[in-house]
Parts: sequence; structure tokens; C-alpha cells
Amino acid sequence: MNDTNSSKSANDKQESVISRFIAATEIDPRLLGMLGALALIWFGFHFYGVIFNNFGAFLTPRNLWNLSVQTSSIGIMATGMVLVIVTRNIDLSVGSMIGVIAMAMGLLQVEYLPQFVGLGHWSIWIIAVILGLIIGTVIGALHGWLIAYREIPAFIVTLGGLMVWRGMAFLSGGGRTISPVDPTFALLGGGPYGAVGANVSWFIGVLACIGVAYILYSGRQSRIKHNFHLRPMWAEAMLAVVGWATIIGAVLLVNSYPWPKGIVRQYGAKIGQDLEGTFISHGFAIPVLILAAVGIGMTILMTRTRFGRYVFAIGGNPEAASLAGINTKWVTMKVFALMGMLTAIASVIASARLNSATNALGILDELYVIAAAVIGGTSLAGGVGKIYGAILGALVMQSLQSGMVLIGFDSAIQRIVVGMVLVLAVYLDIVYNKRVKK
Amino acid sequence: MTNIGTPLVNLKDISISFGGIKAVDQVSVDLYSGEVVGLLGHNGAGKSTLIKCLSGAYNADSGEVFISGEKVIINNPRDARDQNIETIYQTLALADNLDAASNLFLGRELITKSGFLDESRMEAETRKIMARLNPNFKKFDVPVSALSGGQRQSVAIARAVYFDAKILIMDEPTAALGPQETEMVAELIQELKKQGIGIFLIEHDIHNVMKLCDRASVMKNGKLVGTERVEDVTEDDILSMIILGKNPKR
Repeated sequence: MNDTNSSKSANDKQESVISRFIAATEIDPRLLGMLGALALIWFGFHFYGVIFNNFGAFLTPRNLWNLSVQTSSIGIMATGMVLVIVTRNIDLSVGSMIGVIAMAMGLLQVEYLPQFVGLGHWSIWIIAVILGLIIGTVIGALHGWLIAYREIPAFIVTLGGLMVWRGMAFLSGGGRTISPVDPTFALLGGGPYGAVGANVSWFIGVLACIGVAYILYSGRQSRIKHNFHLRPMWAEAMLAVVGWATIIGAVLLVNSYPWPKGIVRQYGAKIGQDLEGTFISHGFAIPVLILAAVGIGMTILMTRTRFGRYVFAIGGNPEAASLAGINTKWVTMKVFALMGMLTAIASVIASARLNSATNALGILDELYVIAAAVIGGTSLAGGVGKIYGAILGALVMQSLQSGMVLIGFDSAIQRIVVGMVLVLAVYLDIVYNKRVKK
Repeated sequence: MTNIGTPLVNLKDISISFGGIKAVDQVSVDLYSGEVVGLLGHNGAGKSTLIKCLSGAYNADSGEVFISGEKVIINNPRDARDQNIETIYQTLALADNLDAASNLFLGRELITKSGFLDESRMEAETRKIMARLNPNFKKFDVPVSALSGGQRQSVAIARAVYFDAKILIMDEPTAALGPQETEMVAELIQELKKQGIGIFLIEHDIHNVMKLCDRASVMKNGKLVGTERVEDVTEDDILSMIILGKNPKR
């Protein structure tokens, strides 16, 4: 009941420009830290290439576009893993679930559905995706039920799941690789045809810019209405400009990556025109747009709905949540069902990208997903986590991975580096938290 | 003051056991509106367990609960809240990672027309109630883990008071507080009494009981020793009820 406002204002004058900037814009310092790490990785790999290979391959439209596609599937699962970890649980089974869901969808498209609707029918990909989503949700709900209502620890249930679903993936296809998948389905994995092109990318970019402006405006209006502290105008303006610049930069980037010559020729032959030498932009890849939509949806779910509030409350104090009348078991089960559904979306993207379903799809993904969530600031003790953090975490992991591939590190060294980065990231987070508490 | 008419709360023959041990054994207590009833007894006497049957945290094995003369079934905390029963737990039951407003409205969030959380309105309402209960409280935008014991207590009290409680259960509300904050809670109890709220007060400090309560129910080993009007007994009488399990005057 004794607030120390007086001593706080005395300290204000000594605060640096950076901390005043952070206070005014209300940006999470961790976000800045993550962006800094990302910049370090990107420039580091690029200039390593410039110096040692005479060619910086990292900061090119082609690599960054591919990076965005590679990040999609891990990023989508990481948003769900945030909820799982926030409620003090873990899900080790997502990699195996990717495999079994991909096999189910692959078999449906290639072996079962054509028998009923005919090969190449337009509805095949829709039915396959919907059934994949249902399978993922049901598997997740089953995990959630065992964890919440049968009180088996999540670690054990999903460790069991890791083995069971991988085994099921093998059995369902008898160890075969199912390929190729339905052509429309394959678009969901990206590639030249699986991108939306220059005009649509601009349209999406403009929509996103309007969205940023609206969020800032409505936030300010709501603060005025309730007489809350307002951000200074320069901070609002800066957030808007940074937001717009990021969006427009992303659009310019994806539009400056042209279709390869072979694809242009193939496409020209298909529409009966000579397109030789034409610059056709990729634009945003469909999986990246799916990731963006999932990210926005999950952020709204976590910060603007009762369900999200309850997820955080359970993570902070399960007993208090239950005494407040929250059905904690039901919420936990829903969290795992949601994780299953997001895994199914990731499975669609992963198998579409490979244009095939194999029983080895998604091996080790669970570790990358957990690492992405943790690097993104999700606390394994529960109660704390951010969706955008997990997506950025996935981008950091994927940047490391593909950067090392570009400069020619072999997979053994890749694993060593990724493992060390994970431990370092969590350590830095601990150090940061201790300093904040002081 | 004499209690006539229908009691606000009547707990009748409540029993509950855990693993063969009778934590509460055929206990009956009642509470009238505008009254403070103290629940006393050693640790493990069954006070908190009894009261958790009213707040919905436990389900009694047998016995009946009457609210204003009507029999009600309370299976979970939500049922209790629907009967306007609010509880301030000894542990405060706060989600440490959430801010004051989120804790105050936990389980009963205000939502906008489109079904999303109405954060601004919840924070504005929290500022209003805190201005009344604890005018010094300023930390609305930090998790409650960053608050002092007294500040956390005022969040827990605000949660109970905000939702128009008719029946308030306070489990050792002053246990973690300094003298000044204890005085604040005492004043609040007087104010709530005037509003006609009935309060069950679990309390160890015998002075507080004599000062704040109208009646005291003493429990020992899960059984009710007796209920006395505070003005009819001395501190020593109550102490011997707690320690010896009987009232020397009877």
C-alpha cells in the first residue's frame, strides 16, 4: 500500500534515451532483443558468405523468400505450443503427428478419394485438408483428455504419442512414400505456383497497413475514453511508420523474387504465349499467408478472448483459476485439441511443399517447435508467452538452419549450433528477467 | 442485537471426510445478514474445510445448505458465485502473472458486444473500486506478483466486494498484513456489515474476534464445540473452548 512514486520520478532523469524510447512506445524490450539477434544472424551469414565464398547468399530475395516458406510450418505449430507451455504442459508428439496426418491426407488424395470422385477432381484437396484437420484435432483432444481428465503427465502422454503416431504413420502406408499429391493441394506448400503474385501481394500489403493504422487509432481512442495514459504522438507516429515500412518492405522483397526461367517457359506454354524473359514476381507464398492468418488469429485468441485469459490464469495459478470458477480441465483439453489442429495445418504445408507424404515427415520438429516457443519468450514454468515471440523464434531457428546450409556447414555442426543457441537464448532470458525484477 | 427470522446462511449437519478421517463431522452453523460470525479452532480443526463446502471448493459428503431459507446445491465455485457467495482465500487465490484488473474479473470478464474482452472497461472499473478500497493503489499495469502483500490483499478483497456479495467468506484476511493494513480490513468489515452483508470470518487472533465478530463458532477435531455471542463470553471462555473443547460456563 506504499507506492514509491517519488523515488521513481527521481530516477527518470537518469534513464537513457533507449529506456525512454521503450517506455514511450511500450515496446517489449525482448522484441527488440529478438530482432537484434535476427539481424545479427542475417548479416552474419551474409557477410560470412561475402568474405569466404565471394558471394553473400543470405540477404537475397530468393533466400529470404525460401526462408519465409520454411518458417511457416514450424511457426504455425509454435503458436500452439505457446498455449501448451503457458498452461505448464508440453507436447512432444507434434513431429510424429505431422507424419501420421500427412500419410492420412496423402493416402486419401492418391488412393481413396479418386475411387469415389475420380482422379483430379476439384474437391479432393478440400476433403483431404478438412479430414486432416479433423484427425489432428481428434488426436490432440485425445492427448488433452488423457492429460486433463485422466491426470497423466503431459510429458508422458505426448512422449507415448511421439512413438505411437510415428509407428502409425509407417503402418498406414506400409512404409511407402505417397507421391505426387493433388496439384491444388500442392499449392498450399508454396513454390512458384503456390504464391499469390505481385498485385495480390500489394493488395495484402495495403490491407495490412490499414490494419496497423486502425489498431493504433482504436487503441488511442479507447485510452482517451477511459482517461488512461497516452503514448506521445511521436511514439504513435513512429510505430505506424515502422509497421508500414516493414509491411511494404516485405511486399517489395517477395515481389523482387522472379519465377525461374523454366517455370516462366512452362507457364507461357500453358497459356499459349511467349513469355521468354518476362519478369513474373512470386509475391507472398501461400504458406506464409497461412502463417500470418494463424498468427493474427492466435494473438486475438490469446489476448482478446476469455479462453486466452483462462489459459494464462491456469499457467499462473491453476488453483486460483479453478477457484475463480474456470473449468481448468476443459480448457486444458481444448488447448491440446487446438495444438492438434495447428499441427494438421503444418502437416498440410509440409507435405504439400514436398509434394509427397512420407512416414518420416516431421521428425525432430517437436524440438524445433518447442525451441521456437522458448526462444520467443515462453516460460517453461508457465503463465508467460507471446504468439509473435514464438513466430519470431521460429524465424530465428530457421534462419540459423538455412544460413548454415548456405555457407556449407554439415548437419552435425548445424545441430551443435542450434542446441547451443537454444541454451544461450534461455540463459539470456533468465538474466534479463533477473535484471528487470531488481 | 438478536437474530430473528430466517438466517441468510444455514449450514446443516455438514460432514466431509478425506481418506477415512472426518475433517468435518455433523457441523451446523448459521449466519444472519449484517452479522459477522467468527470461525475459530486449532489448525486442522476443520474451519477452512467447512467453509470450502460453502464456497464450492469441496463437496460435502452429507448435510444441507440453505440460503435465505431455500435449500441450494453448491457443486463448484461457480454455483457459489451464483448465490452471491464470495470468498477471500487465505492464499488469496490470485493468478500472479496477470494484472489487478484481470484478477478482479477472473472467471467473470466483461466482454464487448462482439464477444471480446473489454479490457478498458475492466481496468476503468478496477480503478474505481480500488480508489474506494485502497486509494494509494497505483500499479494497474503490472502483474500482481509485483505487488506487496497488502496490495495483493486489496486486489483479493476488491474481487469479493465488487460483485455485490451477499455472503462473504474471509479466511484469515489479516494473517499477512501489518497493523495499518489490518486496521483497514477491520474498517472494511464494519462498512460491509452496515450494507447488510453476512460475513464468515476465519480468524486466529482472539482480539480481532472479540472486536469484529458478533458471534463465534468454535470447532475442534472436526466437531462444533459451540456457538456463543461474543458479548456473553470472555476471551478466556473462548480460549478454553478452543483448547479444551468445552465452554467452562456451561
